[in-house]
Amino acid sequence: MTSVLYDAPGPKAKVRNRVYTVVGALAVVGLLVFVVLRLAAKGQFAPEMWNIFNNAGVRTNIRNGVLTTLQVFAVAAVLSLVLGVLLAVARLSEHKPVRWLATGFIEVFRAVPLLITIYALWVILLSYKEELGLTGDSPQFWALVVGLTVYNGAVQAEVLRAGINAVPRGQREAAYALGMSKTQVMTTVLMPQAIRAMLPTIISQLVVTLKDTSLGYVITFEELLYTIQQMASTIVVNDENPYVPMIIVAGAIYVVMCLALSALATWIERRGRRSRTGIAVAGVAEPVTASDALEGADGTLGGPVDTRRPPDIPPVGGGGGAGN
Amino acid sequence: MNVLLDYLPEFRNGFLGTVSLTAASAALAILLGLLIAGFRVSPVPPLRAFGTAWVTLLRNTPLTLLFLVAFFVVPQVLFPGTSPFVLATLALGFYTSSFVCEAVRSGINTVPLGQAEAARSIGMTFIQTLRMIILPQATRTVLPPLSSILIALTKNSAIAGAFSNTELFNVSKLLNDQGRPIGWIFLWIALAYLIITFAISGIFRLLERRLEVAR
Repeated sequence: MTSVLYDAPGPKAKVRNRVYTVVGALAVVGLLVFVVLRLAAKGQFAPEMWNIFNNAGVRTNIRNGVLTTLQVFAVAAVLSLVLGVLLAVARLSEHKPVRWLATGFIEVFRAVPLLITIYALWVILLSYKEELGLTGDSPQFWALVVGLTVYNGAVQAEVLRAGINAVPRGQREAAYALGMSKTQVMTTVLMPQAIRAMLPTIISQLVVTLKDTSLGYVITFEELLYTIQQMASTIVVNDENPYVPMIIVAGAIYVVMCLALSALATWIERRGRRSRTGIAVAGVAEPVTASDALEGADGTLGGPVDTRRPPDIPPVGGGGGAGN
Repeated sequence: MNVLLDYLPEFRNGFLGTVSLTAASAALAILLGLLIAGFRVSPVPPLRAFGTAWVTLLRNTPLTLLFLVAFFVVPQVLFPGTSPFVLATLALGFYTSSFVCEAVRSGINTVPLGQAEAARSIGMTFIQTLRMIILPQATRTVLPPLSSILIALTKNSAIAGAFSNTELFNVSKLLNDQGRPIGWIFLWIALAYLIITFAISGIFRLLERRLEVAR
């Protein structure tokens, strides 16, 4: 598509493009050089500044930060998927009260910024610390985990619901005709296909979960970002705080973790496209919002069964941007 | 109920803070997003590479980390003493621009090939094609994702409250420090966010209806 926007360059255009190439490259490099020079002038690239990473204590702290982040992510991911399945099933329930409760829960927690939820949970957990037997930084841990769980659970529920709705009606009817119970139909016919079709989107949302663990910084939970910030503000090298080295290292760690998870989603999508069974696997979309992700899906569904309708995009109250 | 009435000025300031922060960073994000999307489809390789790097980096970095960059690194590069509002706008705007860029790029991809080909065949340059033919038509498909991106931005702006900006999260912190019940605070803050997000989706629905063309 991109090449359609401009002609195959002739001799004149080739020269012009070459000029633009040089100018563009110079502009990009110039910007980088400016930033690097300014930071170097502040001593942020001095060898001593980077030597702090040879310190065993600094390394241990970073390792602990990464492990804590991954721990929060693992617990929150599992819990949010469980909650997501429960909410999706509840929202499709035949009992009105259950459906309303699930819908209300999903809409409320998707509409409120995650940070506000986490903060409110933290305050509540702190005030009931003794009763719940929480010690040390476990109020922060659980506030973060529960906050991530309710928010991402609500988003995953919408994703799964779209997946379940994408399973052709005939399958459900056939299963009922065989005499299966509602639970059997859900667990053996609908859910497996929905999860398989939506796996790329589910993983994209897990990337969002991973990124959002950094909100623990705000409630002083010692995950990677908070650890980094604490170290950067306490260590002093040449009368300067090593903010730039610390942030570059933390950023690289986050980017690598997120890219690894996204790569998994892409791989599963490609694998799903090759297979010839089941409903089409949704495309990996930007982890902007769950609803967005699904919108992207209908354009990229190159799956084995093109005639089937793409997953419905659930209408979302409050405009429902899930977003980071 | 009392919480809202007793602290009405704080709530109003927080609400206005969130709205202005969202508006400023939305403007920055849309401008930057359009520019980077233009880079990503341009015939100049270094600009394309720059666009790709921009999107990959910003989309895979937690927003909180970008706030750290904005508040601890940017003042060193530019000049110290920049207001927290400007720094928060930079962090939010840059982060959101990567999502806007991807939305615009996929919008560009939905414009029928014939349009670009016809534009080229009457001798339009790349920039003319993009500006006069492709982007106006892409607007229609870009609007729905843009609306959810802006709603996400509204919610993300809460993080700015943790970095000495006056907005709704900041208000909830302040009231909690005053010993007010967190349940009520949460409720009113949630309502305030709902007002903003509903307003955004309403505006976009209006825009979509206006731009609706039978094809």
